[in-house]
Amino acid sequence: MSATLLDNLWSDHVITTRDDGASLLWVDRHLVHEGSHHAFGKIAAKGLPVVEPGLTFGVVDHYAPTRGAPATADIARMIDTLRSNCAQHGVTLFDQGDPRQGIVHVAGPEQGLTLPGLLINCGDSHTSTHGAFGALAFGIGATEVAHVLATQTVWQKKPKAMRITITGALGPGVGAKDIALAWIARLGADGARGHAVEYAGAAVRGLSMEGRMTLCNMSIEGGGRFGMVAPDTTTFDYLKGRPWAPGEDNWDAAVARWHKLPSAPDARFDKEVTLDASEIAPVVTWGTSPEEALPVTETVPDPTRLPMNKATRARAALDYMGLNAGQRLQDITIDQVFIGSCTNARIEDLRAAAAVLQGRQAQVPGLVSPGSAGVKAQAEAEGLDQIFTAAGLEWVGAGCSMCVAMNGDSVAAGKRCASTTNRNFRGRQGRGARTHLMSPAMVAAAAVTGRLTDVRPLLQGREVQA
Amino acid sequence: MTGWSRHTGVAIALDRENVDTDQLIPARFMSTPRAQGYGSFLLHDMRTEADGTPNPYFPLNVAPQASILISRRNFGSGSSREAAVYALVDAGFRIVIAPSFGDIFASNAVNNGLLPAKVTEDAVEGYIRHLAGRAGPAQVDLVAGSGHVAGRPLQFELDAGWRQKLINGWDDTDLTRQHADAIAAFRAARAASQPWSFPAAHAAAGGNT
Repeated sequence: MSATLLDNLWSDHVITTRDDGASLLWVDRHLVHEGSHHAFGKIAAKGLPVVEPGLTFGVVDHYAPTRGAPATADIARMIDTLRSNCAQHGVTLFDQGDPRQGIVHVAGPEQGLTLPGLLINCGDSHTSTHGAFGALAFGIGATEVAHVLATQTVWQKKPKAMRITITGALGPGVGAKDIALAWIARLGADGARGHAVEYAGAAVRGLSMEGRMTLCNMSIEGGGRFGMVAPDTTTFDYLKGRPWAPGEDNWDAAVARWHKLPSAPDARFDKEVTLDASEIAPVVTWGTSPEEALPVTETVPDPTRLPMNKATRARAALDYMGLNAGQRLQDITIDQVFIGSCTNARIEDLRAAAAVLQGRQAQVPGLVSPGSAGVKAQAEAEGLDQIFTAAGLEWVGAGCSMCVAMNGDSVAAGKRCASTTNRNFRGRQGRGARTHLMSPAMVAAAAVTGRLTDVRPLLQGREVQA
Repeated sequence: MTGWSRHTGVAIALDRENVDTDQLIPARFMSTPRAQGYGSFLLHDMRTEADGTPNPYFPLNVAPQASILISRRNFGSGSSREAAVYALVDAGFRIVIAPSFGDIFASNAVNNGLLPAKVTEDAVEGYIRHLAGRAGPAQVDLVAGSGHVAGRPLQFELDAGWRQKLINGWDDTDLTRQHADAIAAFRAARAASQPWSFPAAHAAAGGNT
């Protein structure tokens, strides 16, 4: 058989398939957050219970205050609503103050809730993150969330299979975020639309689980609702001993099963793309879509040299971003930095940023929000918080924070932020905010110089993890 | 939701690519209960100046009665927020015509009776030029997958299952409950073959570390 990882995951969850091709799939894990209030309201309107509270987990993240109490009564109400919905339906909640709390896509894997072979849903587009473990993980809307709450199943048409192979090895100072922005820049923000993306190749095998999660997380920014990496010893080593991972009693059976998941050597994909890791440089975005990204060594595109359709869009993006055609990306000065989000706020991300910041001063203010309470504790045990605060950055609590600007942490109109987040959409970090996406190391470099900066020279003579 | 099969209304073009869900509804409005209506949040930060006054040239302000929105590629990309669809629906939109849609947005649209009508780039180009910033009459036949926009013919692609759902106004939850026995059998088989996929037991006891 020449099945893909997608084929193997899909067939293992199909309950029934309709004539129109849509399949009813079993959901192994359902993660909910404050934004799930519409869905809880929908099942309440039908008088339905949460059918599998043991497979449903709540996390306070989108509205989580990162400094003290909720910023407004509305924010407090959103968190309280999640609390009461979880309590009413017997759903475990990782609440504020709980050592398990964090961004849903950081906390879930950390707790061992994310496993190879599982189908994982969450009312959040970055659910693709969990595919890093060889899971079938995808974001759903509120109507679908209500459906999962009520039935523990989801209707879905099988996506097409796409493989992105990253050959070779990444250079120093280049990581998973750069791979993600590089392929999205090449294929477009809809390059993987309708497809499940499997990441493969030596450079992907060489990534830690944190790096693989960053890569899978960004799949949706290239239009892919699913991102995935075949599980291997890196995956199993990460999982062993985590609270909700299989225990000694069935660990071996689970691993034996997980070994059967990867794509066969002769598996056929609907779309194949290959990138050479050695050609990937640190990438930054210059526009208002993640596809508007370039190596930091380049210059801002000149709309007069682009085809008309792209030129119109580029002009609008440059106008919003306050940039001039042809200016060097490294001459763009910034007002602030943000290190956080489900994309880049895991321990390895914080280590990478700290390696650049150690013994240096940030020229601009900034916020560092660890991805979870667990990451926060570990970073503090390693002294990373001291490096950030000594550099002049603010070390705060865990949550989605300034990535989505729902909890009150936002970038003011017209201000320019170097950010480890996933979306440079207009107004994403606050109305009129100007976002440049990049890796944690690159954000740290921007903090040190006050402008977009190639991190590589700043790493010379420093020990950095991959 | 209520099903529908034919719609006659007013079309307006939003001449942009990648209209993402953060633009369709900025995050700060999403703590609002749905009952209050999401229509005024639709494309809020494009529709209004920084001081809150409406931008008179913005298409939605030119034609507040519009029910058919025409836009360019990758409409509704970004987050899974169904609120982006609520904003369109509550503002009176029934149809969005574009060359491509974000996958999650398209599912959410169909779940709320909003038609994501996929057409060619050329067709969109033609409608945008023809409308030239003004509103125009349009008609959409869901059953036939056709219609017209400002006198120009419309042919759109739509998944067969989605077409049925829109026409009948079906709610998946009600349909799925007819499969209750199959779901129960699947669950039992999975619990036997992959018991670790049901996590609660040892975690509740404090994990296995």
